[in-house]
Order: sequence, then C-alpha cells, then structure tokens
Amino acid sequence: MSGALLEVRDLCVRFGAFAAVEDVSFDLAAGETVGLVGESGCGKSTLARAILRLIPASGGSVKWDGADLLELDAAALRRRRRHVQMVFQDPLASLDPRMTVGESLAEPLEIFEPALTKPERRSRTLHMLERVGLAAEMLHRYPHEFSGGQCQRIGIARAMMLRPKLLICDEPVSALDVSIQGQIVNLLRDLQGEFGTAMLFISHNLAVVRHLSHRVLVMYAGRLVEAAARDALFAAPVHPYTCALLAAVPDPARAPAGTAQDAFAESPPAGRVRSGCAYRGRCAYAAAACALEAPGLEQIGAQHAVACHRRRELVYS
Amino acid sequence: MRPGGAGISPPPADAAAALCVTNLEVSYARPDGTVAAVRDVSLSVGPRECIGIVGESGSGKTQVFMAAMGLLAENARARGSVRFEGAEILGLAPHPLNRVRGSRLTMIFQDPMTSLTPHLKIGVQLAEVLVAHRGSSWREAKREALEALERVRVPEPQRRLRQYPHELSGGMRQRVMIAMSLLGRPSLLIADEPTSALDVTVQAQIIDLLRMLRVELGMAVALISHDLGVVAGLADRIVVMYAGRVVESARAGDLLRSARHPYSALLLQCVPNLRDARLERMPCLPGQPPDPAAPERGCAFAPRCPRASERCARERPALRDLDGAAQVACHHPLSP
Repeated sequence: MSGALLEVRDLCVRFGAFAAVEDVSFDLAAGETVGLVGESGCGKSTLARAILRLIPASGGSVKWDGADLLELDAAALRRRRRHVQMVFQDPLASLDPRMTVGESLAEPLEIFEPALTKPERRSRTLHMLERVGLAAEMLHRYPHEFSGGQCQRIGIARAMMLRPKLLICDEPVSALDVSIQGQIVNLLRDLQGEFGTAMLFISHNLAVVRHLSHRVLVMYAGRLVEAAARDALFAAPVHPYTCALLAAVPDPARAPAGTAQDAFAESPPAGRVRSGCAYRGRCAYAAAACALEAPGLEQIGAQHAVACHRRRELVYS
Repeated sequence: MRPGGAGISPPPADAAAALCVTNLEVSYARPDGTVAAVRDVSLSVGPRECIGIVGESGSGKTQVFMAAMGLLAENARARGSVRFEGAEILGLAPHPLNRVRGSRLTMIFQDPMTSLTPHLKIGVQLAEVLVAHRGSSWREAKREALEALERVRVPEPQRRLRQYPHELSGGMRQRVMIAMSLLGRPSLLIADEPTSALDVTVQAQIIDLLRMLRVELGMAVALISHDLGVVAGLADRIVVMYAGRVVESARAGDLLRSARHPYSALLLQCVPNLRDARLERMPCLPGQPPDPAAPERGCAFAPRCPRASERCARERPALRDLDGAAQVACHHPLSP
C-alpha cells in the first residue's frame, strides 16, 4: 500500500448559489473501506457522483492514478472509469428492465474488453453470478423476477465484472429489509477480501457502517465534520452531530428509547448557512464563536479530525 | 368477498377491540395460478393499544391492513372477518366504508411524497379533508389545518400551509401526512413503514411524535415495519408474520427480551446495533422468503431455520399458547 489510491482535495460542488459539497478532502488507500455517513441532503451522494464526474465539480481535485480526474478529456476519463464502479440504492432501478441478467453482466466486458470471445465472456459472467450467490439458471431471467436483495447482488456483480480498484456504494442496503442487509454487507466484505477492492460506503446508519469500515467520515450540510479511524469514532465520538447520529440508531434492546437527542431539528439544506457552523442551530453546545466562523477540520489525534469550535471542551467532557 | 362466507363460522368479536381481524385470507388471482398473501390471520388491536406488525417484504403484513381499509387490488380476494369498533367492514362497498375510512380508521404509508398531491399547497390538501368528510367551510377547515400542523410539531406552521410538498423534507412531509390522518380524530392509525424511507435521525423523531400523539389523542396505532428496532420504540405488543401467517404474538417487552420463535429471534439479531461487540460478519438471515405461489408444505420457515427438524418439513405448526405469555407457531420454540 504505497500512498493513496484516491486523493480528494478541497472538492466543491455548487448548483448556482447552492453549495452542495464544500471543501471536502480525504484519501482512500488501496483495499481500504471508508464509510461516509450523513443525512439526506448533506451532499454525500453528490460527493460520490462528483468523484466519478457523473456531475461536474465546481472546484478542487480528484487525484487518481497520477492524474486529476476532473481535468481529463473524455477518452482518458473513460479509460480510468473502468477501475471505479458504483452500486446504487435502488437495485431494481439501476438495472435495465429489458436486459436479462446475463446481458447486464456481460455489457461492461463488451465495452471494456472487446477482445474477449463469447465463451470467455460467458464464463466470466457465470463465475461472477455464482460468486455473488446466484444460480447459473438465473442468467436468462429479467430483473423484475428477482427480490430486492437478489437485484442488489446482481448490481454488485455488474459493478465487479471489471475487477475495479474502487467500488463506490451509495446506500446499498437502505432499501432492503434488515434481515437481508447483513447478507449484502457480508458479500461486499468477501468480495473486497478476494479482489482487494477499495470501497467508499455511503450510508445514513452508523450501525451498518461500523461493520465494514476501516475509517469513517461524517458529513453535515456539505462539509466533513468528523473523520476518524473506526474504533476511535465509535469509542470516542467528538462532534455533537456524530453523537446525535449514534443516538438515533434504533435498538430493540434499548427500547422504548428516550426522546431523540435532537428532536424536531431538521437538517438545513447544505449551502443555506451563510456564516458560522451549519450545525449550530441544532447543537446543544453552540457558543458565540460558532455563529461567526465555520470551523475547519482540525486533527485531535493520530487518526481523528473534527470540525468544531468546542472540540477541546467536548473531548474532555 | 362477503364476510363470514360459506364454511366460516364467525367467531365472537372482541367487543372491546378497536380492530378485530379473524381468519383473514387474502389471495391474488394471476394468469399462472392463485397466490396466497395472507393465510388464516387473526389479530386484534385494543383501544389505545399500539401493536407492531413485523416481517420481511412479502410476509403479508401490509396486506392484512390493506384488506381492512378496502384498498386491495382488483384481482385480490379477501375472506374472513375484519371488525372495526364492533362493525364488520371487510368487503363493504366504498360508500359505507368511507364513513369510517379516512376518519375513524386511517392509514399512512412509506412514501409521503406519493401520498400527497404535488400541485396543491399543504394547507389546501389538509383543509380539503375536512370539507369532504365533515362538510366544514373552507374558512373553518383552514383554521383547523393550522392546528393540525401544530399538533405534529411542524415548525413555522403558518408558512408550511402555503408551501407545496416538494418544498418540504421527507420527515416534514411525513409529519404532514400524520397531521392529515389525525383530522378525522381516528381511534386507530395504521402506519405502514412510516419511517423506512427516512434517515435514522428523522426516523427517531417520527417515532417520538407517534408516541406522544397516541397518548395525547388516546388512539390505537398499528405500526407495520420490517425493522424490530423501529417497532421496539413504540409497540406494546408485537405480531411477527412470515409467509402470510402469524408466527409469534407477544408483549413487546417479552418478545424483545426473549423471542420464542426462531424467526423472531433471528430478526432481532439482524437489527444492526452499536451495543454488541463488532463482528467480522454482520448477522443476517440466510436465504430468501418462500415463493408465495408455491404450495405450502410443513413450516414455511423450516428451510431457513437453524432449529428445523424433519417434522418441520412435514407438518405445519399451529399457532398455540406458550406459558400464557406468547402465541407461537413452532414445533421447537426457544425457551424464555
């Protein structure tokens, strides 16, 4: 593992005056899993899409394989894109309803490895289908014949066909029954072990991220508010927002839970807050300084950074 | 679709219950045969009680309540009995059904965006319910709409009344749906996966809100979810369904502490939590629920069950009382 596979620096995405992603920087090493957590509208999916250039970034850089993905021309971008694949939240909507599973899985090979013969393609398709836990006879079926969990397996198989170096998973289990979520998370872990793929795993539930992330990034209103190695984050979260996210995880053993920590607060749309810390309206620890200036991400430990003016008091409280 | 059809002797209705479902069967006619969605389900919701209905997609948990609300698809057939406040409502024509449906008996759904009309302001949509159901004047209805938004703790309710659904967040839209469902002063609110499309933080807020409202308004709630973690925050009693049947019914505290059916126990383990030691593998249920079109043989859960014996493959376990504390349909229940 020499250096980072992906280096995101000061990435910004603006839609007019609306800043969806603001000054986000992080690294991802080969084979590493980073969890990206935050509520709807915080910009986590926008960040993922900007990295892939599915939407244009407004500033910053995305270093990949010695080049800035944001600067590449179409042909050069396409050559690199095969190494970065994506798995989406709605598994049925992300598959073409008119293509059989076999056709969907073979398509990436037809595009990126046109030299393969038909039998070679078929054998790679079959192998991957079986690898994600589906039977060979399912190759000829259509997406609507599968359950949500099975469709997500197909989506993962399609993303893995080209053996990508990085897999971006955008809420891959949020639309699934809890009973099935573990199957998909475990499958992703197994594939990562086997192929050495790095993963950016996006979720709104910290309890899911905890099982497979080496590091966790917490995002609020377009900015990273906490970044830490997994164990540091779960053992000693610092940012009040991270603590609120942890408190919100439903737990049958803790029920009936008390009132939600920040009941009735709503996430402000990213970019709406003109000055100061975007979280201060929801924050129990907000002080005068929080209204004046947006806090930057500061290191508080070897692998732990927090964007909070009151981090020192909170660490020791 | 007439209630109490041939061969079913109507059991004595629980007069005290808000909703009493007895021997309900729901099936769908398809070109390739009949698919059974609900098989012989009996359950009741007491006044002011909150029951949680838990199961995976396709377990029939929503179908039970869609049948009660008269919202089944054209090709569905429902048999058995559904009594609401003592009166039979299964198979009623829309007109008589509308006397209770939407007022005393209401339902909210997973996706609040598709439940709201996109081109009408929130205030108009709320007021319209009162004009249609109670014959209120628009002026009176608008005043009540404001109160309704205050009741569900919507910030800046006056401004929200003038907004369109797309201007609200998912959590705010679900609050509006809850406000709308409360306009007719329901004695039973059916909430079908009300938080499944929401973030965990907003989910916790909506469950809190429902907990406060049921006390303030003295109404019963039927909360349908695939997630025992969500149901645990609200339910007094939990009914677990699998493949169209009730497999366990118990007081919430008992079931969450020690589930008796192996399926309930596994479902509990699947809820990702922050309390257990982190495992290399996330707990999950192996396999898939059975195909509802396939004929039923033995216990439907047997192929996925760690406790299954040869008897389970052969003989379907009946729902029976266990120590007076729980009803369980299992040949090999767990000990408490």
